[in-house]
Amino acid sequence: MDEEKSIFWNRRRQTACSIWAAVAYLAIGLLAGLLISPQWYQVDYHMVFAPPSFIHPFGTDYMGRDMFFRSLKGLSNSIMVGLASTAVSSVIALALGVAAAVKGGVVDRFVNWCVDLCMGIPHLILLLLISFMMGRGAKGVLAAVALTHWPELTRLVRAEVLQICSAQYVQASYRMGKSWLQVAWSHMVPQVLPVYLIGVVLLFPHAIMHEAAVTFLGFGFPAEVPAIGVVLSESMSYIATGKWWMAVFPGLLLLLAVLLLDVAGENLKRLVNPNSGNE
Amino acid sequence: MKRLVKLVLRMASLLAAVSILAFLMMAKAPMDPLTAYIGVNSTISEEAKEEAIEYWNLDGSPVERFLAWAGNTLKGDFGESIVYKQPVLTVIKERFQYSLALMLASWLCSGIFGFALGVLAAVYKDSILDKVIKSVCLVFQSSPTFWVGLLALSIFAVNLGWFPIGLAAPMGKLASEVTLGERVHHLILPAATLSILGIGKITLYTRQKLLEILGSEFILYAKARGEGIWQIVGRHGLKNIAIPAVTVQFASFSELFGGIALAESVFSYPGIGSAVTAAGLGGDVPLLLGIAIFSALFVFTGNFIANILYGAIDPRIKEGGFRG
Repeated sequence: MDEEKSIFWNRRRQTACSIWAAVAYLAIGLLAGLLISPQWYQVDYHMVFAPPSFIHPFGTDYMGRDMFFRSLKGLSNSIMVGLASTAVSSVIALALGVAAAVKGGVVDRFVNWCVDLCMGIPHLILLLLISFMMGRGAKGVLAAVALTHWPELTRLVRAEVLQICSAQYVQASYRMGKSWLQVAWSHMVPQVLPVYLIGVVLLFPHAIMHEAAVTFLGFGFPAEVPAIGVVLSESMSYIATGKWWMAVFPGLLLLLAVLLLDVAGENLKRLVNPNSGNE
Repeated sequence: MKRLVKLVLRMASLLAAVSILAFLMMAKAPMDPLTAYIGVNSTISEEAKEEAIEYWNLDGSPVERFLAWAGNTLKGDFGESIVYKQPVLTVIKERFQYSLALMLASWLCSGIFGFALGVLAAVYKDSILDKVIKSVCLVFQSSPTFWVGLLALSIFAVNLGWFPIGLAAPMGKLASEVTLGERVHHLILPAATLSILGIGKITLYTRQKLLEILGSEFILYAKARGEGIWQIVGRHGLKNIAIPAVTVQFASFSELFGGIALAESVFSYPGIGSAVTAAGLGGDVPLLLGIAIFSALFVFTGNFIANILYGAIDPRIKEGGFRG
């Protein structure tokens, strides 16, 4: 890379661009999902299995429904599930991680044990079990994705908090008679916030992907709701007859969402990590 | 030795907790306990129903039911699968052979290629090759397994016709007549799909670790002695990154197990992954419980092997001087 270019296109700009791209994509996905009316992808038996064209950029499916609007609506459903479950999982992770590190002893061992337990069952199997428990459907997939994404983040938070537990200002704060909750809230949470938020950003694409996977296997959104997983599992029956567009485009939308978020998160991580700051 | 005993004990306690957790979840499911054990469309007689109720203690409280179930499970009786009309253990055994072949193939494939690509990317850092490898890995990591499977199916099986469209053997052939070649032929596409799931992670990890090693001072010294880059990698790099890479690969057992559920349902491959989907959709509680416990056992085995290898490769850990 030549000098001039690298001065302009430096890491900070790259990071800013990747974040804006991810945010824009998510916003467009969400907005589109809210604005699209079901009429735009209604059943039309005159247009069954139309390949991609100007009117139907993503083609149509076996009932003549427009795949572009259906996929977009599905993407926004996935994003909404992702947002809700990331919120739940990240709060659980913050609470457990901080508690484990600050209280130590039995609490620490219990939290670690829970993390190990949750990670001991393959993630997808756990998702299926929880969804099964909730009787499948939208409720099932939401509960499953929301309740299973905290273990890694909990470990991260715990490790970060442990590092500042012995810091002098923390000790001083204890001596002044603050309770552990006060200390945790006013001294520890702000300290770990950057790392924690990056962890949350990196959690988000996982949640989206798992939603699609659970739905794909038939444990998530029911068939009448437009969702990427539903669309893809429908396409499975027609792919052998060469209807490739039914699978390619919806998956691409999902891939793009996951990829943009991942890149944004990784860029942020490198920016915050002092070891790679000077590279 | 003490470390291993501790590990085994911890795993046993976790396994017990997994069974309790899984059982509780099944008990919470909106289903009648009796239906959960004999199926909705069961035509068995009243007497047989009574027997089932007594055998699994279905009239009791959840705790009593769990004890009955746990007792039978410990004796090796996981009950009868509703979907497959066979004992759960038989179903798991039969299907695990297929899944094992699939997992082993993709695990080795992603491990070896991932490691090699990671080393290449680190050695030629910032070159075009590095950038290509990095971007491809990023895309691989972000792509949903089932979608990759669908694409592979569409391109290589439907359009090019190189591979069969699904299943583990040609249709309408007896299991005893299927040749090894045919089995491998059916295995390639699902295994490749699964490899793509794992390869990104191991490549990026190897690359990063090797870069860390290459940045350290003893490498600078080796360079000053006049060693070439490949000599350095061979003599100093590989040894240092082998442990973390192998550990990461063994710790990926959990993702691998999740991956087979997706890959097998795309390729209608008759393994354990498609069984868990069928069990969940068919309300087959005994099979679901059996597979949940089996999968946990599988993951623990992976972690256990990783731990032993850790000790074997790095004696500091075995002696307990390192990390307590």
